[in-house]
Amino acid sequence: MDGIFLQQLINGLTLGAVYGLIAIGYTMVYGIIGMINFAHGEVYMISAYLSAIGLALLSFFGLESFPLLIFGTLLFTVCVTGLYGWVIERIAYKPLRNSTRLAPLISAIGISLILQNYVQISQGARQQGVPTLLDGAFRVAIGEGFLQISYTKVFILVAAFAGMAALTWVIHRTRLGRMCRATQQDRKMAQILGIDTDRVISAVFVIGAAMAALAGVLITMNYGTFDFYAGFVIGIKAFTAAVLGGIGSLPGAMLGGLILGVAEAQFSGLVNTDYKDVFSFSLLVLILIFRPQGLLGRPQVAKV
Amino acid sequence: MPAASTLNLRHALLDSLFAGLIALVVFGPIVGVVLDGYRFNLQPQRVAWIVGTVMLGRLLLSLFLQTATGRTWMQRFEGSGAGVHVLAPGHRSRLRWVIPLVLLAALVFPFLASKYLLTVVILGLIYVLLGLGLNIVVGLAGLLDLGYVAFYAIGAYGLALGYEYLGLGFWSVLPLAALLAALAGALLGFPVLRMHGDYLAIVTLGFGEIIRLVLNNWLSFTGGPNGMPVPAPTLLGLEFGRRAKEGGVPIHELLGIAYDPNLKFVFIYAVLLLTVLLVLHVKTRLTRMPIGRAWEALREDEIACRALGLNHVLVKLSAFMLGASTAGLAGVFFASYQGFVNPSSFTFFESALILAIVVLGGMGSTVGVVLAAFVLTVAPELLRSFADYRVLLFGMLMVLMMIWRPRGLIRISRRGFAPRPGVAP
Repeated sequence: MDGIFLQQLINGLTLGAVYGLIAIGYTMVYGIIGMINFAHGEVYMISAYLSAIGLALLSFFGLESFPLLIFGTLLFTVCVTGLYGWVIERIAYKPLRNSTRLAPLISAIGISLILQNYVQISQGARQQGVPTLLDGAFRVAIGEGFLQISYTKVFILVAAFAGMAALTWVIHRTRLGRMCRATQQDRKMAQILGIDTDRVISAVFVIGAAMAALAGVLITMNYGTFDFYAGFVIGIKAFTAAVLGGIGSLPGAMLGGLILGVAEAQFSGLVNTDYKDVFSFSLLVLILIFRPQGLLGRPQVAKV
Repeated sequence: MPAASTLNLRHALLDSLFAGLIALVVFGPIVGVVLDGYRFNLQPQRVAWIVGTVMLGRLLLSLFLQTATGRTWMQRFEGSGAGVHVLAPGHRSRLRWVIPLVLLAALVFPFLASKYLLTVVILGLIYVLLGLGLNIVVGLAGLLDLGYVAFYAIGAYGLALGYEYLGLGFWSVLPLAALLAALAGALLGFPVLRMHGDYLAIVTLGFGEIIRLVLNNWLSFTGGPNGMPVPAPTLLGLEFGRRAKEGGVPIHELLGIAYDPNLKFVFIYAVLLLTVLLVLHVKTRLTRMPIGRAWEALREDEIACRALGLNHVLVKLSAFMLGASTAGLAGVFFASYQGFVNPSSFTFFESALILAIVVLGGMGSTVGVVLAAFVLTVAPELLRSFADYRVLLFGMLMVLMMIWRPRGLIRISRRGFAPRPGVAP
């Protein structure tokens, strides 16, 4: 194994962990209402802006230390983005519960256009950025060269897996999680048993948005720049990750994210950077042709 | 109930306060704190405006929904829009006289219009073509195609690349582009159409982006972001320029008329109009044929159709390919109208615009789509100052239409069939 491969493996893992976090939003919403949330990529984009705004505000008020700064930014971003998730569900999905199958998809596209344009109008079309928060890196000598793992990347991996672990705990151990799982299995039955499924669906949108917010903070820390168009490509990639892992499956979303991130990083390291997006999208088409149920998903059965 | 008829102001005020609070948290940071490098500027007035508007809107809505009219409105929302309206078998519309009038206006138009007006109308007609094509896919067959612009790009670049590398002109590319786009549609659609409908939306979204990225990055073949020149169209080998290339005869010399720079656009307009009429005709016929009925039946209930023995993949694929080939045609017209092509004309925004046309016009409605195409493409030309807010308005339009009238502004109606005499029903 040579240095480039290992270096790209590390890059791919960090990128993939973040894809996985966004993929959770797709997979949970799909699991519960059987629909793709097209506005989810834009939710991530909003959270990137919110994290930069939170960071700027907190630094302005004199917060200096890294842990406090990052904790405050995370709290702010996750809360506000979660509210975005709630509002999106309230406007674009809830009134359309009994409508035609196409209607929520189109209204979600509408929301995604609104969010893009609204951020562009209010924040300007130029690229935005945040300063580097964590300097320095671990260096491991390999053969002649060395492997560089920046502290930021370590932090991203740790935070992403902590977020995943927290979500798994919520889904498997809490009352809300139990209600989510029940609604996912059979919405009508859950309703009969006294679960307010409308509130569960809202909660799922909020959880998905919160995970996307975590991803937004982490990606912004890693790359430092973003613009109002950033949600589009990352949205499709995270969806690819969700499909790769098996849509509807939480561990699948994370696994799919990691695999996609590593594959993409290796492709851009070994073949060509210009076509890395093309590579990911082609991967999506190929998965859908050969294994539409994904790695951990079960084959779908159409219900009348 | 007399108690219910009085307005509950307190309730409405609480609603409005709640909405205002949410608007403050949601819009506050992004609208109020504008990033500027690593610093920021505060813009509290903008936030106040938005929150005020939301609160007022919510208050009025709350009060309105408490009135009797409001409650009937609510009930209309909750009952999902009725399906297709069926007319009596021998029904003839009372608005039939409009059609010859519109045709006459379309014939006279190029002789009266200025060049600017002509180009605007050509653009409108191109979007009519695109809207009609996407309407087959989304409106009739119920397949959400978010990468429709890719087929449009295939048509436009088909002309540019065909001229550059194969020496093909407008007329030979026109049918080729339709075929090529249909072929691309088949290649993309065949694997994906077997699966749950939503996957198609995201795969086409990815496909549209792949095409744009390839056009942008493949510098040696497509010229990258700089684009490529497109030849001017010719009629029977005669050119529309002031002077023809390499000893050819420009058309105005042959006909013995004065040179008119509008001539090229008049020609494009004429061919485009004929194509639109042809597509309109084909589409109306198709909706009455078994295949058209099968599209709509599949849209309404796929499982029932499959149980009745319809091959759902082939039926969907035919709609998808037909839509794609229409976009291919539109692409050729767009390329020759513009005189050059570059990837920035084929972004996701274009797909969204075409989708907005179909949504506003009504899924499956022909007249609606033609009107919507003109409204959505010509209106922005006239209202230049709203250009920044165009996408925002399209997004709001899509959301509101889906909530209010998911089947479009104009009710779709199909003529019913009477059983033929002597044939058992």
